[in-house]
Amino acid sequence: METSSWVAERMCTSCNLPPLAASRNGPIGPFHRVGRLVPGPANDRDAPGLARFEESVRIHLVGPAEEVLLAVVRRRAVHRSTVRCVRRDVDRLAALERVAARFCGFGDRSLLVTSRHRSECTLAGVPAALAVSGLVKRYGAVEALSGVDLEVGESELVGLLGPNGAGKSTLVKIACGLVRPTTGRAEVCGARAGSRAARAAMGYLAELFRFPGWMNADELLELHQRLAGSEGGERERSELLELVGLVDARKRTVEAMSKGMQQRLGIAQALVGSPRLLLLDEPTSALDPVGRRTVRTLLEELKRRGVSVLLNSHLLSEIELVCDRVVILLGGKVVAAGSPAELSRPRGVEIETNGGSRTYADARREDIPRLIADLVRGGQDVYGARLLTSTLEEVYVEAVGGQTS
Amino acid sequence: MTAVWTIAGYGLREALRRKVFLVVCLLTLAFLALYWLGTRYAFHHVDNVVPPEGVDARTFAGAFLFGMAMFGTLFLGVVLAIFLTLGVVRGDAERALLQPLVVRPVGRSTLLVARFLGAAAVCAPYVLILYFAGMLVTGLEGSWWPDRIVMPGVELAGGVLIVAALSLLGSVFLSSIANGIAVFMLFGAGLVAGLLGNIGHVLNSHGLVHAAKIAAWAIPFEALYQDALRAITERTSGLTGFLLRLGPFGGAEQGGVGLRLWAVAYLGIVGAAAIAGFLRRDL
Repeated sequence: METSSWVAERMCTSCNLPPLAASRNGPIGPFHRVGRLVPGPANDRDAPGLARFEESVRIHLVGPAEEVLLAVVRRRAVHRSTVRCVRRDVDRLAALERVAARFCGFGDRSLLVTSRHRSECTLAGVPAALAVSGLVKRYGAVEALSGVDLEVGESELVGLLGPNGAGKSTLVKIACGLVRPTTGRAEVCGARAGSRAARAAMGYLAELFRFPGWMNADELLELHQRLAGSEGGERERSELLELVGLVDARKRTVEAMSKGMQQRLGIAQALVGSPRLLLLDEPTSALDPVGRRTVRTLLEELKRRGVSVLLNSHLLSEIELVCDRVVILLGGKVVAAGSPAELSRPRGVEIETNGGSRTYADARREDIPRLIADLVRGGQDVYGARLLTSTLEEVYVEAVGGQTS
Repeated sequence: MTAVWTIAGYGLREALRRKVFLVVCLLTLAFLALYWLGTRYAFHHVDNVVPPEGVDARTFAGAFLFGMAMFGTLFLGVVLAIFLTLGVVRGDAERALLQPLVVRPVGRSTLLVARFLGAAAVCAPYVLILYFAGMLVTGLEGSWWPDRIVMPGVELAGGVLIVAALSLLGSVFLSSIANGIAVFMLFGAGLVAGLLGNIGHVLNSHGLVHAAKIAAWAIPFEALYQDALRAITERTSGLTGFLLRLGPFGGAEQGGVGLRLWAVAYLGIVGAAAIAGFLRRDL
């Protein structure tokens, strides 16, 4: 059971196995990442001992319950070296009945489960990809951040919104160690932001970045591979360039690239070394609509692969389309946070009739049958009904009170 | 260690691709050609000169010319060192070139050390090559060879490395242009200290000599240069030796082992200050 969840995750990313590949009868690959474990029912119904555990996490076990051996390893799954340093409490459990008690110790934290082969599983506690609490940053008399709390979970795509000067870039820079916080805590995958372990676990694309003009795309990625300690080599570089649509431009120097191509190369650079957390500061600012769509598709693909993303962008439509959660900053404080659906508010019901569209501003979903019945009784033909909710743009404008900077 | 070589290699490739080496090579060839012409002309006519009593004209001409060549070598080495290092931190950060490198799992101290090693790998061999080329020209044209062959060259290279370290330190706090100006002014201050020492010797002013000595040790590339000048005429005595020690650009002054140790310690102190400043810097 000498494996680490960090290695497992990386291997899974490179072999691109689907997250729920574990099967009762089929052969299991050397390492499978089972995905982010969220509250839900256990897959393995042969494991009565997991009843209590089911309440907090979902686990996908491989092999018949009575054959499964589990090693519970409590550690910070950040980096090879970190894993070795903090690894403790290795315990083999002969039967699943004892697993529940062990799992209880983890509480409601998200867990990473990797299967080594048919009859063995490794369990490791995985901290949030980015955890920020009470973060304050002052530049002289100016307070850029005033006690920000924020968390980006495993495989989560969080959008960061706010007017210019709200503190978004400062927050991202603190997360990647370019700026030191005045007070407060910022952790990347359980390691202090800015530490070597934290930097090894993340990729970053700055809002205003430049690469040396004399380097070509391939050389640039190779440089970052070396600095990131990535052993992906030529294969990884080719994959990344293909991912961002720059395969044909791999030998083109940066200064000979358009701004959009440089932006896509920047994204490829940020993905070198398969980071667990990606910090993107305005990644689509220089892209045309097709380029933006490419990035959106890329973000969805990254999410599928289990990469957590903090996306700082002014493009609300983009954030609304791809993000699981949205955080709105204003004056260095979080003024709104939640999923786009949670943040949106009901704006009534719109019913389409032969007499045109009618809007009932105070109506709710449960009022629709009654409204339709009334209209039909009144001799109207009804073609459709739509529940109106506020758009992210409306939510944003409401949250920032119309401020632009 | 891999990261150090990677970043050092990155700096070297940048200098190569940006044609820095090409420009430097062309300028160096021009300098050597002019020096060769001057040396040839000087030694051709030296036998026609009637020197004051007690002065060996050939030794004086050889040491004087080679002293000038050493100054030229130091100057070119310093220019190269400054241009390779003046924008390493703040300059690159302002151009947004540094941030993508700093967020990688490479320590900031590693990055700074690597950039210094990259600059040193260019400047030190360059200074040594130019020093020995100048010596070869002087020796072949005038049949004059310095009393010490290797140590003066090493000291010149050491002086250039100190300037590179100072420029690196300045790059943490100053923008590229401000840093370049500051380091060149510091270099000029070193020269002035040497000239003050010359004047002090001529006027027999202990105060002036003392002040020049303190200034030279505060910026030890100047003290190393003076020690190197002294070393090339170490065994030359009499009036010839006295005149030569006044030096063409700054007086020759013995520094010895103490100076060399101080120079090494100085490099360490400047490097530590640069690293401490860089670690605390928001980018």
